[in-house]
Amino acid sequence: MNFKIYRFDTDKDAQPYMQDYDIELQPTDRMLLDALERIKALDDSLSLRRSCREGVCGSDAMNINGKNGLACITKLADLKSPVELRPLPGLPVIRDLVVDMSQFFKQYHSVTPYLVNDEPVPERERLQSPQDRDQLDGLYECILCACCSTACPSFWWNPDKFVGPAGLLQAYRFLADSRDEATSERLDNLEDPYRLFRCHSIMNCVDVCPKGLNPTKAIGKIRDMLVRRTV
Amino acid sequence: MALPVRKFDAVIVGAGGAGMRASLQLAEAGFRVAVLSKVFPTRSHTVAAQGGIGAALGNMGEDSWHWHMFDTVKGSDWLGDQDTIEFLCREAPKAVIELEHFGMPFDRNKDGTVYQRPFGGHMQNFGAGPAVQRSCCAADRTGHAMLHTLYQRNIRANTHFFVEWMALDLIRDASGQVVGVTALEMETGEVYILHARSVLFATGGAGRVYASSTNAFINTGDGLGIAARAGIPLEDMEFWQFHPTGVAGAGVLITEGVRGEGGYLLNKDGERFMERYAPNAKDLASRDVVSRAMATEIKEGRGCGDDADYLQLKLDHLGVELIESKLPGIREIAKKFANVDPVSDPIPVVPTCHYMMGGIPTNYRGEVVAPKNGDPDVVVPGFFAAGECACASVHGANRLGTNSLTDLLVFGKASGDTTIRFLKENPHHKDLPKDAADLTLARLSRLDAQTNGEKVHEVGAEMRRTMQAHCGVFRFPDLLEEGVKKIGEVAQRVQRIAIDDKSRVFNTARVEALELENLIEVAVASLTSADARKESRGAHDRSDFPDRGDENWIKHTLWYKDGSRLDYKPVHMTPLSAQTIPPKVRTY
Ligand SMILES: Cc1cc2nc3c(=O)[nH]c(=O)nc-3n(C[C@H](O)[C@H](O)[C@H](O)COP(=O)(O)OP(=O)(O)OC[C@H]3O[C@@H](n4cnc5c(N)ncnc54)[C@H](O)[C@@H]3O)c2cc1C
Ligand code: SF4
Ligand code: SF4
Ligand code: FES
Repeated sequence: MNFKIYRFDTDKDAQPYMQDYDIELQPTDRMLLDALERIKALDDSLSLRRSCREGVCGSDAMNINGKNGLACITKLADLKSPVELRPLPGLPVIRDLVVDMSQFFKQYHSVTPYLVNDEPVPERERLQSPQDRDQLDGLYECILCACCSTACPSFWWNPDKFVGPAGLLQAYRFLADSRDEATSERLDNLEDPYRLFRCHSIMNCVDVCPKGLNPTKAIGKIRDMLVRRTV
Repeated sequence: MALPVRKFDAVIVGAGGAGMRASLQLAEAGFRVAVLSKVFPTRSHTVAAQGGIGAALGNMGEDSWHWHMFDTVKGSDWLGDQDTIEFLCREAPKAVIELEHFGMPFDRNKDGTVYQRPFGGHMQNFGAGPAVQRSCCAADRTGHAMLHTLYQRNIRANTHFFVEWMALDLIRDASGQVVGVTALEMETGEVYILHARSVLFATGGAGRVYASSTNAFINTGDGLGIAARAGIPLEDMEFWQFHPTGVAGAGVLITEGVRGEGGYLLNKDGERFMERYAPNAKDLASRDVVSRAMATEIKEGRGCGDDADYLQLKLDHLGVELIESKLPGIREIAKKFANVDPVSDPIPVVPTCHYMMGGIPTNYRGEVVAPKNGDPDVVVPGFFAAGECACASVHGANRLGTNSLTDLLVFGKASGDTTIRFLKENPHHKDLPKDAADLTLARLSRLDAQTNGEKVHEVGAEMRRTMQAHCGVFRFPDLLEEGVKKIGEVAQRVQRIAIDDKSRVFNTARVEALELENLIEVAVASLTSADARKESRGAHDRSDFPDRGDENWIKHTLWYKDGSRLDYKPVHMTPLSAQTIPPKVRTY
């Protein structure tokens, strides 16, 4: 199978370039990550992040034939050859397929991504009905892979001002939690021409999320909450 | 060459469940703590845990920590220390409640309490049965939910993370006190000395010593390799847990929660064979028991498929609704990695290397201990460990499912608290020894200078093959003996590994070479310890000694890197407050 992979070692290369690899796959090679491991055995200088190899750690997000995804759960059989691999778009490249994710995490950190409840701590668990708990489904499963935010044009243009789909999904995860008490502070934090309202419902984020999550819907719900509190 | 030095109160190596539970204690108490991780914290392998956290909350019916303690001692095949096991089970309910308060999205019962599911080896009434529902879970994504919750709580506490920093070696002064670590910043290739008053290891497992494993690429036993090079023994390394249900061929885990929710195993004749091996607990017997039963079925020709080399996990009878609400991640994994939809078809599974019961010896306070002047448990000052890299020993010869996440919470917190006490008693940094960086610099410069040496992936593959063939579910005297010799040869080759990539920037070839230098210590320790233990206990099953040898072998193995020497120390049979649980025959 043929691969064209983005290469750039800031330690020695003046320019990024695309490198061709032609490798023989084994019957056990099911996923793109299996092929990348095979390439790495031939050329140990190819740098990428990977860990869990089952789509739960969020390490190996990359741009695969023009679309963001996780190498470890992208089936080779579904890919057109040559497979073109590039780092996630819009973030500074550290080396090859490894990008600097600081801006992405900064936005995540900016939404107060933890439960706020200043009531005295009870002896036992805080009670939550199964229905209230269901509200967190489709939100808490995010693996912070950044496939969505780096596919979002609004995030490319304003990575410092627009929270982006991943951060907003998590903002809503806490707004939706019946145990959380900071709803109005959370909404204040997002009521801003950029932080939330740069989303133009382009839906790229939904299209690429490898966990099947829907940031656009969460963003819509935050908008609804903002509207409801003004009336 | 002198390395740049940075100074902290405490260094924690590892930002998985154990490391982040410990860091929370220190950061909230206002200490200057540096938490190092090879990966962004939420990418640590705790994220992959599926089934749940064991704690006798009693939300689903009667339960008590005494029952949990009995099950854990029995599960450990009486090799676990009963003082640490009491501590684990007694503290577990508090640890889980606290995690709920941190925001953990647990599944819920109608009355709003945390939902708990059955799990292997967890029983009512001191093992008499029936199964008890003790595993607190968030669908089949418990580890993910827990790791993210702990990370979020650490953001609140302003914990200082050093992301993509790899610890390389431990620094001990002439008295043996631990005073820091050397570490590599992966993005720049810079190497630093981190000078601290205490160092806590929470580096996780080493499942990547086997060819077939449920573990992540980064689970390379770094903490163990580093400790071994610094003269600290490794405890009970012969005990490796093979999880009954790894996806055949891929290794990816299918949680025991599937069987907890009512799934079961079938052989090629469609027989529910666990009824023969464990008439009471059946598919929910302890993992060592189920894995051995599966290996026996395969050995005796009752495996499924053209090569009769796997078994089937049936769960379609649970119905699509339950599968979607309680096991959605499993459905996703089965579709992706086994090409089956478990709603209609069984999943092909085989026993797969999963968990390391052994590790760096600690006590129930999370202090690292080693023998000195005839006392087997002398504290190594300034050094702490928690989580899978530590051997407390709560899991003994076989870990019960759900007890690792409990271990992370309970001993993560305990080791953090003990560190705080130590820091208060030791307000000043001890001087760095003159040779603080020598070992690290020698290793790095050898790797930089080495040309046409051995390839990292080839030597690594040979190590994994050797462990798989010689140190598996069933162990044979000739294979063990030969395995010790072979792994010694592989260790020689590791000393000559070379990398082509010499770049400073994000050099993953260098990282993988350094990881192999740690893995090989784990492999040598495991085979050497296994060859020497002349009995069968828990996960260690020998054809020539099929029975448990309580007279001679209720003792922990200690392996020292220096000369690959072995030593032994007694098991703690006296709990902190409960009654000793005396050894008896272990059936399920
Ligand atoms: C697929 C799977 C499912 C499981 N399910 C369950 C379950 O349901 N219930 C249960 O109780 N147990 C389960 N287990 C076991 C349990 O998840 C692990 O034992 C546990 O999560 C280990 O946690 P830890 O904090 O010790 O290490 P990890 O979470 O593995 O974290 C290790 C940390 O150390 C860092 N690190 C390692 N080396 C270095 C170095 N040299 N320098 C810097 N940082 C370093 C890593 O970056 C990482 O942050 C499961 C295990 C697997 C593999
Ligand atoms: S829907 Fe909003 S967040 Fe998603 S890609 Fe479009 S602009 Fe970005
Ligand atoms: S929402 Fe989906 S794509 Fe975005 S970071 Fe989370 S898991 Fe990744
Ligand atoms: S390696 Fe973890 S998500 Fe792909």
